[in-house]
Amino acid sequence: MEAVLAGIKVILTEDGYLSDFSQWNKEVGTELAKEEGIEMTDRHWEVINWIQEQVKAGNPLSVRGIKKSGVIDIKEFYALFPGGPLKISTKVAGVPKPKSCI
Amino acid sequence: MKNILILGAGTSGTMMANHLRSKLNKNQWNITIVDQFKTHYYQPGFLFLPFDIYTEDQVKKVGKKFIPKGVNYIQKRIEQIFPKENKVQLEDETLNYDILIVATGCKIAPQETEGMKGKNWHKNVFDFYTYEGSLALRNKLREFKGGKMVVHFTEMPIKCPVAPLEFVFLADSYFTKKGMRDKVELTYVTPLGGAFTKPKATAALSHLMKEKNIKVVTDFEIERVDNDNNQIVDYGERRVDYDLLVTVPTNMGDEVIERSGMGDDLNFVPTHHNTLQSLDNENVFVIGDATNVPASKAGSVAHFASETLTDNILLYIDGKPLKEEFDGHANCFIETGNNKALLIDFNYKQEPVEGTFPIPGIGPLKLLKESVFNHWGKLAFRWIYWNMLLKGIPIPMVSRNMTKKGKKIN
Repeated sequence: MEAVLAGIKVILTEDGYLSDFSQWNKEVGTELAKEEGIEMTDRHWEVINWIQEQVKAGNPLSVRGIKKSGVIDIKEFYALFPGGPLKISTKVAGVPKPKSCI
Repeated sequence: MKNILILGAGTSGTMMANHLRSKLNKNQWNITIVDQFKTHYYQPGFLFLPFDIYTEDQVKKVGKKFIPKGVNYIQKRIEQIFPKENKVQLEDETLNYDILIVATGCKIAPQETEGMKGKNWHKNVFDFYTYEGSLALRNKLREFKGGKMVVHFTEMPIKCPVAPLEFVFLADSYFTKKGMRDKVELTYVTPLGGAFTKPKATAALSHLMKEKNIKVVTDFEIERVDNDNNQIVDYGERRVDYDLLVTVPTNMGDEVIERSGMGDDLNFVPTHHNTLQSLDNENVFVIGDATNVPASKAGSVAHFASETLTDNILLYIDGKPLKEEFDGHANCFIETGNNKALLIDFNYKQEPVEGTFPIPGIGPLKLLKESVFNHWGKLAFRWIYWNMLLKGIPIPMVSRNMTKKGKKIN
């Protein structure tokens, strides 16, 4: 489905994730975060950058990976993206939702 | 003489030995396969063993039976791969190779989660991804009097990502048949956002959890197993109680990959998604669960991949460019209980959708829909596995690349 975020026309999946990462920029990310009730800070962006790098490198994302990343500890990750941190942070980062095969 | 060396005689390694022996000139190429274990397990059977649907004998055979004549089969421990020197150190000898095929698979790593492999391991905390775990769980279920049963997986990627779902469906059936379903509370716990995560599957299958009265806990990132209180605890301090925990621990590639410095964080080998050549060494190829490709870790994927990889090894030998052909094709039956199953057919890009398989418009199998016929297909697959798949015999009408024919794609 189409939506307008930060004045940019984007395509979203049925659960609100960006279909195409090339449509992402920081403003779009800020808007996606707002929908999750999150005000972005520098700390948030550090995590988002790390997630984007991992996805670019083809590495699977997991909370365990975050723990080993040295970027952030798990408690803070939960504090920054309360509820489902991986689910929410990937949405803000404009990368695909972590999923299984069905 | 030149040497092809295959590491691992599981599903992938055995298939590659069979494919290559029939295609390579015996006067030019030696083929050697190494695996320290004597037994070849039919791993899909580990799902059925706990419920007394299969017996021990139905899920294991002597591996040697499936290695073709003319292939040198060495049963020794692999110490280290030296890809820059084209050699592999075994426990008491060193093998040189011209081409290496890494098929060392993946396995559970319960030690990655605090408390998982603790005092209650195989007492009220079980895996079913090993023969030992599956068998211990069968014995536990035979005497289980009821209570809270939690089926859980730790993190992706895992071998056969649908197995935890199948397990909870089969548990519902099993307890119903035993007349004790009302005594068992079933809960499915996942680190993902839902029991189903793809749009079409979510729409088609979400009703199953409700129908079967299975509670679902989502976004659960396990931190530890609390063996004193019989609870799993996530990083957000959420707790789920259990009397019986059936968990799928973190899955990792073999330690030999780590020792050889060839893997990622989870010991999976970086591999070209479409050619199956390793990214770091041009004469090293990787297949099956050992790769880091974003396909399901499943026997059907290995089967389709083995056909492409065989062609690519022949092209590599001839000094020709490799085919960028492999599409992540997977074809999986999913048991839903009560003698029914689903079938899904998908690849890297195409999510599972409804349709007919393998004959477009006819079937007889239905995609993404429960049917008794699909369940028969799953049971028949065990015969196909031992008699066709391992031997590299093509399965009629099922092509290596996924077809869009017969699928309802918008």
